[in-house]
Amino acid sequence: MESNTAVSCRNVVKVYDTGGQKVTALNDIDLEIRMGELMMLVGPSGCGKTTLISVIAGILDQDEGSCEVFGKNLLTLRNHEKLDFRAKNIGFVFQAYNLLPSLTAAENVSVPLIINGMKRVEAERKASQLLEQVGLGERTASLPSQLSGGQQQRVAIARALVHDPRLIVCDEPTSALDHETGHTVMELLKDVALHKDRVLVIVTHDARIFNFADRIAAMDDGHILKVVNSAAQL
Amino acid sequence: MYHIALKMLMGDRGKYLGIVMGLTFASLIMTQQPAIFLGLMTRTFSFISDVGLPDIWVMDSKVQFVDDIKPLQDTELYRVRGISGVEWAMPMYKGMLKARLADGTFQTCIVIGLDDATLIGGPPVMLQGKLEDLRRSDAVIVDIDGAKDKLAKPSATPGGKTKPLQIGDDLELNDRRAIVVGMSKVSRTFQAQPVVYTTYSRAKNYAPRERKLLSFVLVKAKKGQDLAQLTKRIRETTGLAAYTSSEFKDLTYRYFMKNTGIPINFGISVTLGFIVGAAIAGQTFYNFTLENLRQFGVLKAMGTSNWVLLKMILLQAILVGSIGYGLGVGLTALFGYSMRNTILAFRFPWQLLIFSGAGISLICVFAAIISILKVIRLEPAVVFKG
Ligand SMILES: Nc1ncnc2c1ncn2[C@@H]1O[C@H](COP(=O)(O)OP(=O)(O)OP(=O)(O)O)[C@@H](O)[C@H]1O
Ligand SMILES: [Mg+2]
Repeated sequence: MESNTAVSCRNVVKVYDTGGQKVTALNDIDLEIRMGELMMLVGPSGCGKTTLISVIAGILDQDEGSCEVFGKNLLTLRNHEKLDFRAKNIGFVFQAYNLLPSLTAAENVSVPLIINGMKRVEAERKASQLLEQVGLGERTASLPSQLSGGQQQRVAIARALVHDPRLIVCDEPTSALDHETGHTVMELLKDVALHKDRVLVIVTHDARIFNFADRIAAMDDGHILKVVNSAAQL
Repeated sequence: MYHIALKMLMGDRGKYLGIVMGLTFASLIMTQQPAIFLGLMTRTFSFISDVGLPDIWVMDSKVQFVDDIKPLQDTELYRVRGISGVEWAMPMYKGMLKARLADGTFQTCIVIGLDDATLIGGPPVMLQGKLEDLRRSDAVIVDIDGAKDKLAKPSATPGGKTKPLQIGDDLELNDRRAIVVGMSKVSRTFQAQPVVYTTYSRAKNYAPRERKLLSFVLVKAKKGQDLAQLTKRIRETTGLAAYTSSEFKDLTYRYFMKNTGIPINFGISVTLGFIVGAAIAGQTFYNFTLENLRQFGVLKAMGTSNWVLLKMILLQAILVGSIGYGLGVGLTALFGYSMRNTILAFRFPWQLLIFSGAGISLICVFAAIISILKVIRLEPAVVFKG
């Protein structure tokens, strides 16, 4: 494996079994994601995008094939090793932000640090610094309910970044936002979050943000149709 | 993470108060009802506590509790006095007699006859007059509650307020004159009738003519006597029953436990309090966890272990449990305090704190367990679900 490969999926199959009805969400997926790139997963609803980033992020086990993230085969890790791997290496950004509603912005951002064992005061100090970087220096003490959608998503991005993970997975980070706000969020991800030792995998429907991608993997029906370098090639 | 757990819990004020109130209610019922129950049960033997002085009570072997009088012959007193280890033995009469009041109506009274010479076994508190005044002719002492209520004199004007029976007033007990020389305060018992103290020989005069009138022989043991051995010796020598004061209280208490519906009634309300409290608190706590399931999922995805989540939920349960318990116990104490001068029975020993504490712990552990199971089974992949 070349040293600049961050994620390597081989023949990944995932079948959901809901009461006898089997749905093949991932059907023989091969995918390489390189260090330092912003990879987008695109495709129609139900094609398996969310399932794939769940496998890559180590929160869902595939049924067949292997998925190596930074050289580690997640399937072979023991439970606590996997938790530890996620805590240190993965940042999450969700469509619905998923901030803890009774925690302030700074407290929300500090959660990954606390999970990694940092003291609260130190963690919140670091979180506040990062909030400043994403333009929310004034809102560190606000509750999520007191923030706009775009602001909440920026808090969520700060939370995904704060522990300096090597992989950030985002599921539809802009779908709940208007075009302009979505654009700001993408700029933030591209400019602040992305650097040469980090990978961003972003699932999206939103064609208006395709041009932020370094590469785009087009999916359909559990397959990767093609991986292209720009939206024009789709 | 504990800080986060507490913030999660208290962030939702309404839910948080709901859980705490459910637990407060359960804790209140589980403390207050048994306190009333214990108070009532103490009343069953409060007469024995009131008499206080003797170490041993001697009575007919068939007596089942303190109000169950089966008279003995007077000669039994002398047999008991003859037993070695007995410092003194005194007679006591206890019986129900009809008193004729000034307005011609009748009222049943509990008449206690005390040894003429020593007056041992008298009321615990004298409010007016002296116990020694019983030595005057026809003298009786009545309890203040009875004097104010059931023995009160009719008002001079029709329909007016009744006047309490006072020193110097007289009664008729079985057609014999009795003059009130004192007022006493006695502990409440299960019997609601007025209590009238007099001497043993006078009580025998008041009582209907019968061959046997001696209710109890009250015994004081010599210094250093082993009470268990002495009671055994009395039993063997006389063929009567002999109990230490605490044994006699126990006998009485057990009789009421076994033969009345009181324990069952209170048992039912305590159980109901437990079930309703468990249902409300368990349900709201579980709902709270369900509504926060996504938050737990996010924490899980970000690498929080089940073990840490379990401790977080446990902490939440312990917090609401402690607050609910504290409030419930506090309200019970307040209730007991505000009822202290009423006829309501109430007794709040420290063991009761442990009892209701255990009950609340059980509810919280139950609520936490069902919540924890839900969170442990939670797949972290749910975080990406819409
Ligand atoms: N937990 C699950 N249980 C059963 N079936 C599932 C589950 N999650 C997803 N599926 C099914 O697997 C397939 C892929 O789902 P997935 O969520 O990965 O699609 P997606 O590309 O993210 O769609 P969308 O764009 O609508 O979010 C779909 O047919 C879906 O119904
Ligand atoms: Mg999806």
